[in-house]
Amino acid sequence: MSERANPVERYLRSDRIPHIWCPGCGIGTTVNCFTRAIDESGIPMDRLAVVSGIGCTGRVAGYMHVDSFHTTHGRAIPFATGLKLAAPGMKVVVYSGDGDLFAIGGNHFIHAARRNLDMTVVCVNNLTYGMTGGQLTPTTPEEAIASTSPYGNFEQPFNLPYLAESCGAVYVARWTTYHVTHLKKAMREALLKKGFSFVEVISPCPTLYGRRNRIGDGLDEVKTYKQRSVIRNGAPTSEVSLGMTGPIVVGKFVDRERPTYQDAMDQFYARKLGDRYARASQ
Amino acid sequence: MHADPAGVLTGAHFLDGDHAACEGALAAECRFVAGYPITPSTEVVERIAQRFPLVGGVFIQMEDELASSIAIAGAVWGGKRAMTVTSGPGFSLMMEHVGFAVMTETPCVFINVQRGGPSTGLPTLPAQADMMQARWGSHGDYEIIALSPNSPQECFDLTFKAFNLAEQYRVPVLVMMDECVGHMMERVVIPRAEELEIYPRRWTKAAPGEYLPFAPGEDLVPAMARAGQGYRFHMTGLTHNERGYPDMSVAAQARLVARLTDKIRKNADALQDVVEDGVDGADVVVVCYGITSRVALPAIEACRASGLKVGWLRLRTVWPFPERLIRDLASGLRAFVVPELNMGQIVREVERCAGAARVVGVPHAGGTVHDPAVIERAIREAVR
Ligand SMILES: Cc1ncc(C[n+]2csc(CCOP(=O)(O)OP(=O)(O)O)c2C)c(N)n1
Ligand code: SF4
Ligand SMILES: [Mg+2]
Repeated sequence: MSERANPVERYLRSDRIPHIWCPGCGIGTTVNCFTRAIDESGIPMDRLAVVSGIGCTGRVAGYMHVDSFHTTHGRAIPFATGLKLAAPGMKVVVYSGDGDLFAIGGNHFIHAARRNLDMTVVCVNNLTYGMTGGQLTPTTPEEAIASTSPYGNFEQPFNLPYLAESCGAVYVARWTTYHVTHLKKAMREALLKKGFSFVEVISPCPTLYGRRNRIGDGLDEVKTYKQRSVIRNGAPTSEVSLGMTGPIVVGKFVDRERPTYQDAMDQFYARKLGDRYARASQ
Repeated sequence: MHADPAGVLTGAHFLDGDHAACEGALAAECRFVAGYPITPSTEVVERIAQRFPLVGGVFIQMEDELASSIAIAGAVWGGKRAMTVTSGPGFSLMMEHVGFAVMTETPCVFINVQRGGPSTGLPTLPAQADMMQARWGSHGDYEIIALSPNSPQECFDLTFKAFNLAEQYRVPVLVMMDECVGHMMERVVIPRAEELEIYPRRWTKAAPGEYLPFAPGEDLVPAMARAGQGYRFHMTGLTHNERGYPDMSVAAQARLVARLTDKIRKNADALQDVVEDGVDGADVVVVCYGITSRVALPAIEACRASGLKVGWLRLRTVWPFPERLIRDLASGLRAFVVPELNMGQIVREVERCAGAARVVGVPHAGGTVHDPAVIERAIREAVR
């Protein structure tokens, strides 16, 4: 088999397999799509960096056979910010969980989107804190049981695409691990998009979320995605919030242009400082 | 390797310590700074923001200190020399990433212009109360290097030096200024670029495929790679093996933590940086650092004038603590006097090494400097 025929292996650190994820976990599916998306994007592996925070999803960086950084809980985006500004030739991808990116790391997400930093953020949204045993996250739907909401959740969760769009992301898509072809395509588009691109993947955590909420195993959860999801490309993000039941609206919601942080900086300083402006060297 | 002349503001200037520290970083080829405004350190990043676009540096004002303190790590792995700057509450927020930089052996510099605490404390007034936090503030067991300048000139010199030490040992280096030193204006002489020796990053010479990112060299420090060079390396804040892969075994932990601490501990003598005056044959030695080392001088002079044999031992490198030096001195004198703008931090280190010699702390809660008369009294009482 040619290397191209099996992109997955080539992009993974085979010396680190078996991975730590539970049977039926959706994270592996997202990684599978991601490797294919990289392959199709044509981005050379040596120019790609994957940065993760902490969590089950946070382990993705360690399995990718590229320059990879497993940082601290919530801080993958600011690490990636420094990396990208220091090495603008790199394609920087932040790959992390919902708790990491939107609870402890929420502040960094909104500012990176506002600045339109040239990076891709992939959020594996399993609606819970997997790594620490299934606690409530900012994306846990109302009524859902988590270990720290034993009677069910009464907090209103984030609608991530809406948040991303409001803060300035130039590309926003949501798919589930049922939609592997769409997901791969969205990841490829995000990788090739200049600016802050965001892909949310609704993904099963059968061990904690699925079991507690009587959804069943990983496959059962993917089946519910199939039943519940509605593809609505271009849907207003204000209308795509998630509940325990009801539709899971998926699709590409935002694809627009805005100067990136670095382009804005370069153009601005060139205008203000003229010849005195010294562009950062690579 | 000499410094890049583009960043070196050669000449004699009249600068405050914050501005001088900024110039020290520029001379040391720092080209990435992430910061978040906080008094009394803000002037450092303000000057950086003004100077960087002219010398090819990138400054970004991040959304908080958690972000600043890890953005610099990202920039270092992207190939830059990088630092962040803060005070008081911001230093507390940065602690997790001091530990992250230690664990991932990320060479970087943290400047802390100390102010009174705890909490919001005295935002505009001096203290030296973060000295133990610098040493122990992040969780886990580790070693860092911390320097303490006592003048604007030294804010330049020691910030410059901090970058070199960070590269040599691959540790975060903490420049522990204080509000007085940060805001006092004095003459600062910046040498010519060719007089400034840069310790270059320890880039690996191994080929991709053969490179083990955390395999130490003879001096226990591994060689580094940066993103985008084809090494496809991994780094993690988890306990890891030489390949950089997580290895959460007791043996891997023992090996890694021992190496991370030993690479500093075994070089404690090489890292020692003190200034002595009249220490040989003294009955009392005043151990001091930062602004307090200047305030102690009139006290020492007054005691000497009345015939007491008093030495002045100023620590420019506070961590690692010059343990051996203090032990050696202890056998020949009667007492150490340790004035500091805190309720007793470095004095504990002196006590630990003082043997039979007396140790007299001169604590101060901060907000201003000591009255030299109080230090003088402590010296006189120490030998009574
Ligand atoms: C500062 C800090 N606080 C808390 C933790 C504990 N912790 C580790 S992973 C995690 C949550 C991860 O949840 P998520 O990002 O959704 O990832 P998942 O495991 O679900 O993929 C927490 C709270 C930590 N490592 N660091
Ligand atoms: S705990 Fe949940 S998220 Fe973590 S690996 Fe298992 S199934 Fe996946
Ligand atoms: Mg999660």
